[in-house]
Amino acid sequence: MAKQRLVIIGNGMAPGRMLEHLFEENHAAFDVTIFNAEPRVNYDRIMLSPVLSGEKSFEDIIIHDDAWYAQHNITLHKGAKVAKIDRTAKTVTSENGITAPYDKLVIATGSDPFIIPCPGHDLDGVLPYRDLDDTDAMTAAAKQGGNAVVIGGGLLGLEAAAGLNTLGMDVTVLHLMPTLMERQLDSAAGYLLEKELESRGIDIRCKSNTKQIIGEDGQVTGVELEDGTLIKCDIVVMAVGIRPNVALAKDTGLEVNRGIVTTNGMQTSDANIYSIGECAEVGGMVYGLVAPLYQMAAVAAKHLCGPTDALFQHSETPTKLKVTGCDLYSVGDFAEGDDREDIVLRDANMGTYKRVIIQDNKVIGAVLYGAVEDGGWYNEMLKSGEDISDMRDTLIFGQAYQGGGELDPLAMVAGMSDDAEICGCNGITKGMITSKITSMGLTSLADVRAHTKASASCGSCTGLVENVMAITLGDAFKLPEVEGMCGCTPHDHGTVRRLIKSQGLKSIPAVMQELEWNTPEGCSKCRPALNYYLVADWPGEYQDDQQSRFINERVHANIQKDGTYSVVPRMFGGLTTPDELRAIADVADKFEIPTVKVTGGQRIDLLGVKKDDLIPVWDDLNKAGMISGAAYAKGLRTVKTCVGTDWCRFGTQDSTGLGVRLEKLLWGSWSPAKLKLAVSGCPRNCAESTCKDIGIICVDSGYEIHYGGAAGLHIQGTTKLGNVETEEEVLEYCAAMTQYYRETGYYLERIYKWADRLGYDHIKSVIYDDPVARKDYYERFLHSQKFAQVDPWAERVKGAEAHEFTPMADLTPREAAE
Amino acid sequence: MNIQNTQWVTIGALNDIPRQGARRVIAGPKTIAIFRTTQDEVYALEDKCPFKDGPLSEGIVHGKTVSCPITNWVISLETGAAQGADQGQTQVFPIKLEGQTIQLGL
Repeated sequence: MAKQRLVIIGNGMAPGRMLEHLFEENHAAFDVTIFNAEPRVNYDRIMLSPVLSGEKSFEDIIIHDDAWYAQHNITLHKGAKVAKIDRTAKTVTSENGITAPYDKLVIATGSDPFIIPCPGHDLDGVLPYRDLDDTDAMTAAAKQGGNAVVIGGGLLGLEAAAGLNTLGMDVTVLHLMPTLMERQLDSAAGYLLEKELESRGIDIRCKSNTKQIIGEDGQVTGVELEDGTLIKCDIVVMAVGIRPNVALAKDTGLEVNRGIVTTNGMQTSDANIYSIGECAEVGGMVYGLVAPLYQMAAVAAKHLCGPTDALFQHSETPTKLKVTGCDLYSVGDFAEGDDREDIVLRDANMGTYKRVIIQDNKVIGAVLYGAVEDGGWYNEMLKSGEDISDMRDTLIFGQAYQGGGELDPLAMVAGMSDDAEICGCNGITKGMITSKITSMGLTSLADVRAHTKASASCGSCTGLVENVMAITLGDAFKLPEVEGMCGCTPHDHGTVRRLIKSQGLKSIPAVMQELEWNTPEGCSKCRPALNYYLVADWPGEYQDDQQSRFINERVHANIQKDGTYSVVPRMFGGLTTPDELRAIADVADKFEIPTVKVTGGQRIDLLGVKKDDLIPVWDDLNKAGMISGAAYAKGLRTVKTCVGTDWCRFGTQDSTGLGVRLEKLLWGSWSPAKLKLAVSGCPRNCAESTCKDIGIICVDSGYEIHYGGAAGLHIQGTTKLGNVETEEEVLEYCAAMTQYYRETGYYLERIYKWADRLGYDHIKSVIYDDPVARKDYYERFLHSQKFAQVDPWAERVKGAEAHEFTPMADLTPREAAE
Repeated sequence: MNIQNTQWVTIGALNDIPRQGARRVIAGPKTIAIFRTTQDEVYALEDKCPFKDGPLSEGIVHGKTVSCPITNWVISLETGAAQGADQGQTQVFPIKLEGQTIQLGL
């Protein structure tokens, strides 16, 4: 049988999901052509809010990349908006002139943001919040700082407001109704949400009716309310709702009501045309949340493949708000009524609120704020219509309190019925997961995600899915390697760094509280990492926590295996003087330091210094003009040099002088791991620049900047960043790169690993190709250095942290005089 | 077996030790590490990790444990026992805290 031609208008989440089902049912049945008005592949629109707040990148939320379309032989026309459907000729034509014939057509045009047609709605700076372009526009606007007004206090509006607030804008939310998210929350939960958002500095104004948007020279400058209040702003985000995008279907003569009218099999009034997604109206309802849209996709796929009795069925979809730190969950019907009973539990200290709505001894709705773990359980009871009279007294406390003692999560999952929904986004039940695990022999979470879609959208059910795997596989199931920084948190380093910035967390206890550390005080793995991240992210604001530093960084010397220390004074660029050398020799004699050694970093190491002697040793070295060489630090160590033009007949530039300048610029800075530089005066490379974290090679025309070398456990040559002409440029590029590394590196990750992770092309595009970004990083580095370039030895000689260096008491009995 | 009475010696004040920190007390050939937790509890262990003799007073204190600076073994401040899969024991000394004053039992 010849392949049928399937044309899809729209490339959002619903048609993407439909194709997956289609290929699963019958891979060879269709030649697929997609027209996408957006110039890109299919991505997870639910996750735009984390992209806005900076918690995720666009790459993180792509569902199908270009390779996927190629693999399935799909013709994808990006940026091609369909202008016309010819139902007689059975063709589709786009605005840019592409025509494609179809046997079956799927309309998935989604919805358009609703723009209030008030005066000024067409000014520059009035943005909807719908797709990646809108998100990008908001991010760009937020870079300028200033004020933002968000019109609409619903799900999308609040996510936009929280995102803009995180990006540093002053945000005002205007909401027509008396409480926020009134469609999903009752007034009590709405109040708690309002309080939480206000505590973050978002100005919430309920019962506010916009009269007009005011502008100057075509650009937004403010919003005027009906009561005459004027709010100044630089952007206005309209998030008052969406409207099914039905224009094309209407022009084509299909039956259209609020949405494109379809049967429960997703068929429109034309038997060859289907419609799914936010544009479709089924059973008199249009939908905006992902779970019913995915159900439409599954049903449509079945019908396209042949006769089937699969039908779309309405079900209540729970709502969650994707704002980090605001946990809320609502499902079902929560209007008050005479025939309904409420069970409510509030905890003012914890800021939590739980309300379950009961009718005829059955759960018909639930609203949870602050404590949402039991949302899924209430939703399951709502769906099953279970009689709850027996557990009425304890219902509100949640599932863990039913049937006596606390239920462990595995037993809880084991007790779920096969119909119980595990993944709300994708409508995946426990039975669907267990049957795939068994039939396909799946053992990893990644495989289960790939084959069932469970936990593949918002990811909040990952723990449940793992428990289902544990029960199904028994001993064969191994929890995935903990990806967290350490056993204290499931968050990885990248997530923790992003959240420290995006939530403005400025102390170790704040990080542990807000990111829900599962140990009270962390451990020796996470505390030094957090301390570094806070030092790097909040220069001048964060008070370095000495107790979270390893001993070497606390006492500014290297502990040796016998408990003594080594002391290394700084020699900028490897240069020293007879006076410095004399002072070092005197110190070695005076304190009976057993070993004096020249290091690989061109300086001198005094080994075997007793702890109690550290301060006097430093005092003597300080007096001779020397400071700490930071040979113990996750920070700038040395800049190694060769002698360059001053002495060497091959030298092309003053490599020693440049090395001194670099070290004077960079010393004192903390970084994720140690940082070693070198400057070689010619390509013979006597300073070994090509195995350093950052290495400079002088050439006739200027300087080559290299980075990402390693010569430790791992050996790797550097990669060239590019050429520059002046010493000033070398300083700026190196400092900018160091700052980029400081801001994005994971604790203990050397530059070569960091560069492998981020990609050398990417780093080049930021530090070498983009002068604005480079300047930004350079400026931030200089700012941070204002607080970092303090000699820790001198501070301690003056008495800082004195407790580190002397015993608390000496109880050794005095020997009696003979 | 010798039965000895514990001899209590005043070694200093609570505020001599930083929270989540430690100080050393020299007692003849032995060094004793005195720890202070976030909750202002005080514990004393011989300043010697049971694995490679690392000075525990230099470790990072978290909860009622300390991580050895040399090997990262985690030692309980209450019992002196190595935590997790590691096996080992460090000597524990009794502490009396009266107001600000710390007394060490030898």
